[in-house]
Amino acid sequence: METKNIIIVGVGGQGSLLASKILGHLLLNEGFDVKVSEVHGMSQRGGSVITYVRFGDKVYSPVVDKGQADFIVSFEILETARWLSYLKAGGQIVTNTQQIDPMPVITGAAEYPSNLVDKIRAEGVKIDAMDCLTLARQAGSQKAVNIVLLGRLSHYFDISEDSWQNSLKANVPAKFLDINRRAFELGKSFT
Amino acid sequence: MKELMLGNKALARGLWEAGVKFVSSYPGTPSTEITEEAVKFDDIYCEWAPNEKVAMESAFGACLAGRRAFCGQKHVGLNVAADPLFTLSYTGVNAGLVVVVADDAGMHSSQNEQDSRHYAVAAKVPMLEPSDSAEALEFAKLAYEISEQFDTPVLIKMCTRIAHSQSVVETGERVEHSAAYEKNIAKYVMMPGNAKKRHPIVEERTRKLIDYAETTPINRVELASDELGIITSSTCYQYVKEVFGESASVLKLGMINPLPVALIKDFASKVKRLVVVEELDPVIETHVKALGLQVEGSELLPRIDEFSQNVIAQALGKHLTSNSYLLTPNLPARPPVMCAGCPHRGLFYSLKKRKCTVLGDIGCYTLGAVPPLSTIELTLCMGASIGATHGFNKMLGAASEGKTVAVIGDSTFMHSGMTGLANVAYNQSNSTVIILDNSITGMTGHQQNPSTGLNIKGDPAGKIDLESLCRAMGINRVRVVDPYDLAACDVAIKEELAAAEPSVIISRRPCALLKTVKHKPPLRVDADKCIGCKSCMKIGCPAISMKNGKAVVDQTQCVGCYVCSQLCPKKAFVSTAQEA
Repeated sequence: METKNIIIVGVGGQGSLLASKILGHLLLNEGFDVKVSEVHGMSQRGGSVITYVRFGDKVYSPVVDKGQADFIVSFEILETARWLSYLKAGGQIVTNTQQIDPMPVITGAAEYPSNLVDKIRAEGVKIDAMDCLTLARQAGSQKAVNIVLLGRLSHYFDISEDSWQNSLKANVPAKFLDINRRAFELGKSFT
Repeated sequence: MKELMLGNKALARGLWEAGVKFVSSYPGTPSTEITEEAVKFDDIYCEWAPNEKVAMESAFGACLAGRRAFCGQKHVGLNVAADPLFTLSYTGVNAGLVVVVADDAGMHSSQNEQDSRHYAVAAKVPMLEPSDSAEALEFAKLAYEISEQFDTPVLIKMCTRIAHSQSVVETGERVEHSAAYEKNIAKYVMMPGNAKKRHPIVEERTRKLIDYAETTPINRVELASDELGIITSSTCYQYVKEVFGESASVLKLGMINPLPVALIKDFASKVKRLVVVEELDPVIETHVKALGLQVEGSELLPRIDEFSQNVIAQALGKHLTSNSYLLTPNLPARPPVMCAGCPHRGLFYSLKKRKCTVLGDIGCYTLGAVPPLSTIELTLCMGASIGATHGFNKMLGAASEGKTVAVIGDSTFMHSGMTGLANVAYNQSNSTVIILDNSITGMTGHQQNPSTGLNIKGDPAGKIDLESLCRAMGINRVRVVDPYDLAACDVAIKEELAAAEPSVIISRRPCALLKTVKHKPPLRVDADKCIGCKSCMKIGCPAISMKNGKAVVDQTQCVGCYVCSQLCPKKAFVSTAQEA
C-alpha cells in the first residue's frame, strides 16, 4: 500500500499527543509500518504545533511535506487554515471549529480571520467542521476534543470498530474510557 | 516484540539492554526523554546533574569505576561538556562510555543551529548517527562495544526528527557488563608528560577506527542505479529513500566519524553522478572532496534549516508533489507565549514599567522578549545574563546600574549562573540579578534541579537554598518577592536597582503548569464595569482578549493568578468561585 499521511495540527497544549498515540497504536496493530513525528519544547508553549502520522507497507521519512497529507486533523480552525497547503489534492479535513486567539490578535496587531470554514470549502476542499468542544462536553469532558476528532476520522478508514475501541482502551485511563467512547461515537456519527 | 517507540525512548532501551548502570544528564530539547525514559529502568541509576559538564564528568567517573555509563545533552549542552570530552579522548575509558548529542536543525527549540559532528572530528572520537528508532536502540548497544574495543568515549548524534519520531523497534534483553577499576596514572592523569604519550595512541586509534568504518555493517551500500549515487546518513537517508526509492544507489553511513576511505572511493567508482545529502555543514562532502572525488552537495542543497523530502526532491530535480491548496489572506502568526498564570509575567510587566534594560537567559522566560512585554534584550547561552550584565555595568557605570537587570531561571542559575554571580561578587559590579525561581526546569518539560529539593524520581533530595547561597557568595542584598504581587515586585526592583552594591531578587512562585500547584477558580470580567481601556492587555495573557470593546477571560485557560485584576482601574475582574 502506498504510504498514507495524516497531520494533526493545533495549539501547543491542546492534547494532540494522545491522538497521535492512539493512531500509532491502531495502525501498528493493523500491520502497517508506522512513523509518528512530533515537536517538543518551545512551540508547546501556546504556539502552532504539528504532528505527523504516516503509515503504509514501508515508511521512510518521519515528516509529511506540503501537498502530501491525505488527512488534516485540526484542533483549531485558524490552524486548519495555516496548514492547508499540506493537504493533498482531494484530501480530507476533520476540524474543530474552536477559535483560540493567537497573541497578535490578543494585542490587536492582527485580526482573527472570519468565516474560515467557508473560505476553505470555497477552495474545493472536503472539510468536516465540528464544534468538538461542545460535543466533548456532551460526552462528559471538554478534554475529549481529540477523541471526537478521531471518531470522525475513523469514518474514513477501513478499520474495524473493534480495532479502534482496542486502541482507545489501551491508551486512555480506565476511569475516562466511557467518556472517551461517547466522544468517539459523537464524532463518528457527526453529519 | 514489535513496538512503536520514540527515538529517545529507543535509545534509552538500548542503554538498558547494553547493561548501562549509570546515567547523568542535564535536560535539553530534543535530548531530554532519553534520561526520562532511562530512569524507568530500576537497574539503571539516573540523575539530573547541575549541568552537562558535571554530567559528563560523573558519567566518566562511573565508567572509570568499571560500569557502563551514559550522559545525554542537546547540541549546545555539548559546548558546556566539551572540556572533559576532548581530554577523555586521550584517557579513554574503563567500562564503556557513550555520550549523546542531539542537534536541532531547524531550531525548533534552540538558540543556534550548530552541527555537532564537528565535535567528533575535533575531539577525535567515533560518532554514530542513527536514522530511526530501531537504529537508535541498536547503535546504543554497538556504541558500548566500540567504546570498550577501541578504548574511547563514543558519541551518538541524534537530531530532532530522530529523537522525537516514533518508529517500529524490536526489543531485546539486558546483558550485564562490568570491569574492575585499576590505578593507572599514565592513562588517567593527563599532565603533559602523560598526555604526550596518549596523543599518539589517539591517532593510532583513529587509524584503526577508519579500518573499522570500512567494513562495519552500519556503513551500508544499497546499489541500484549506476546513474546516481547518494552518500547520506541520519534522517537525510529517510528523505533520500522517500524521494528515490530504488532508483538511486545509496551509501548509508551509520558511523559519521571517522569516515571510511576505500568504501567511499569504491561507491563513487560505481556511479556516474555522486551527491552528498547531509543537513547543515558539509562534513561528509569535505571528506569526499579531500579524497579527490567529483561530488556535488553544497551547490545543490541549503546549508541552513532542516531538510524534508520536498527539499531534496527539489534540489535533485525530482518532482514529488505540488501544493494543492492555499488560502490567500495573510493569517496571523501564532508564536509561543507565556502560559496563563505564568509567574514570570508579573515580574516582566514590572520590569517593562520601570523601562529596565533586561539581559536574559535560556528558559521559558525568553518569551519575555516577544510582544506585548518585549522586555528581554539579550538571550545568548546558559548563564550569560549575569556575565553580560556584569560587563555591561562595568563599562556604562551609573548610566546602566540603576536600570539594568539580569534575569535567569532557577535551573539555569544552578547550571551556569552561579559562576557569573561569583564574578559580580568578586569583581564588585553594581549589578542586580533576578532569579526567576519557578521551582522547576520549565521549558524542557518539568525536570527537578538542585534547588527544588527533589531528585529525578521526585523523591526527596539535597536542596540548595538560593538565599543562603547568594549570601555566602558575598551578596549582602538578597530578597524574595512573589511575582503575582505587582506592587511588591515594583518596590523590590526599584530599591535593588537604587542600591549601591550588588543585589539579588528571587522572584519565587512555582510554574503554573506543575501538577502540585493549586489554582484559584478562573476570573471573569464584569462587562458593566469594564471600560475597555485595555490595561489588562499589557501583560500578554493568552486567556484575555477583547470582544466588542470589552475584555473577556477564557475560562478554559485562566488559572486565577489575579495579575490582570491588579492592572484594572475599575476592578472589573471578579472571581467565579461562587458561580462554580
